Amino acid sequence: MVAIIKYNAGNVQSVQYALQRIGVDSIVTDDKAAIEGADKIIFPGVGHAYAAMQYLRERQLDQLIVSLKQPVLGICLGLQLMCKHSEEGNTDCLGIFDEQVKLFPTSSSADQKIPQIGWNNIYDYHSILFSGISENEFVYTVHSYYAALGAATIATTDYILPYSAALEKDNFHAVQFHPEKSGKVGEQILKNFINIS
Amino acid sequence: MSLEIIKESNDPSFSNPLNRSGRGLAKRIIPCLDIKDGRTVKGINFESIRDAGDPVELAILYSDNGADELVFLDITATIEKRKTLVELVKRIAANINIPFTVGGGISSVEDVALLLQNGADKVSVNTAAFKNPSLLKQLSSEFGSQCVVLAIDTKKEADGEWYVYLNGGRTKTDTKTVQWAKEAVELGAGEILLTSMNNDGTKNGFALDITAALSSSLPVPVIASGGAGSMEHFKDVFDTGKADAALAASIFHYKEIEILALKKYLSVNKIRVRL
Repeated sequence: MVAIIKYNAGNVQSVQYALQRIGVDSIVTDDKAAIEGADKIIFPGVGHAYAAMQYLRERQLDQLIVSLKQPVLGICLGLQLMCKHSEEGNTDCLGIFDEQVKLFPTSSSADQKIPQIGWNNIYDYHSILFSGISENEFVYTVHSYYAALGAATIATTDYILPYSAALEKDNFHAVQFHPEKSGKVGEQILKNFINIS
Repeated sequence: MSLEIIKESNDPSFSNPLNRSGRGLAKRIIPCLDIKDGRTVKGINFESIRDAGDPVELAILYSDNGADELVFLDITATIEKRKTLVELVKRIAANINIPFTVGGGISSVEDVALLLQNGADKVSVNTAAFKNPSLLKQLSSEFGSQCVVLAIDTKKEADGEWYVYLNGGRTKTDTKTVQWAKEAVELGAGEILLTSMNNDGTKNGFALDITAALSSSLPVPVIASGGAGSMEHFKDVFDTGKADAALAASIFHYKEIEILALKKYLSVNKIRVRL
């Protein structure tokens, strides 16, 4: 069973539907025992870093997440919250990854707007999360803040500058883009996560 | 396998040359479906669909054929029947794996909460936001500006200026489109869906001037709508109109242009698209 962590940020329903399409049962829950007892955990999120961290702390979900031993997949804001610190609301985050989360700098090119909304390429993979995915595949992404490149970077995207499209450390994996909205490529990435043993 | 062949097959440009011209955000192609009482309206001409009225089947088909996103515009008149929209949103979200926007008659935070909870990725607001601009602020602070699309129906008047129209184009205002769009973005609109009433239905091309004016003066993406009749029109709206995305309905529904063929054409013409 996969547990999708329920919190006040964003549309968790889409993640559950995406798992359903690849034949995987999941529950959306903020119950600690249910999260700890799940085989795999997805930590999604769209929204504001400060508000989301506050919500997690109030429910001690912050301590729970960092203590998890089973495979965890952060998505979008989930990735950013798993980093050390975010410039969004000057927020101290979970610190699973050492990478810093920053606001995109203003681009000199008028067509590079903030937030980045749409389909962009991922490349330079260093994880089984991307097994079977060709270099430069397109994924759907929506964000104004990005995790800088660092030791945990396992995939890169270029937008204004190169940033971490995905991060990984031990049992913790995270993607900045939305695999649940990224067509067949996203489905494959979710399958790869589910197949991690 | 020789080393030479391995090298070649690892080269990203080898498998799909169209897809691999550098990296970066792609221009989006967005089919729009008009929905009434949970069914698609206007003619739909797809043999492969058993039930041409079912928006979900059409959505799946578009998604499989390279659509980057979908917009569902609900034109249902009565409040009771709007419940069918929520059920529809649920079915769309369960069945398609690309983002989708729902619009039409949305006027409150509660309306939006219901649609997002049931799986919509974004909502588009139009007349209600113009009449009550604080709605944009409420929506963006509650749900984030990434899911708030402001739709503007605009018309170029005899004075050469583009004005905002409301109520599906029936009501003229004295507000200029660029002015309203700027204000809306400051209030929290995350994208602008711009429909030119002068161009809509003409198949003579998008309104390039107002699209370019908005796109170059706003920090958020602009989706151009109205007037698509040929592949070249899409090229023009990206090149000259500086649009971030282009939306069309009937030319896709009637298969006058197939999305995949359109994207290949754009790619050959050096416009970055997802293939």
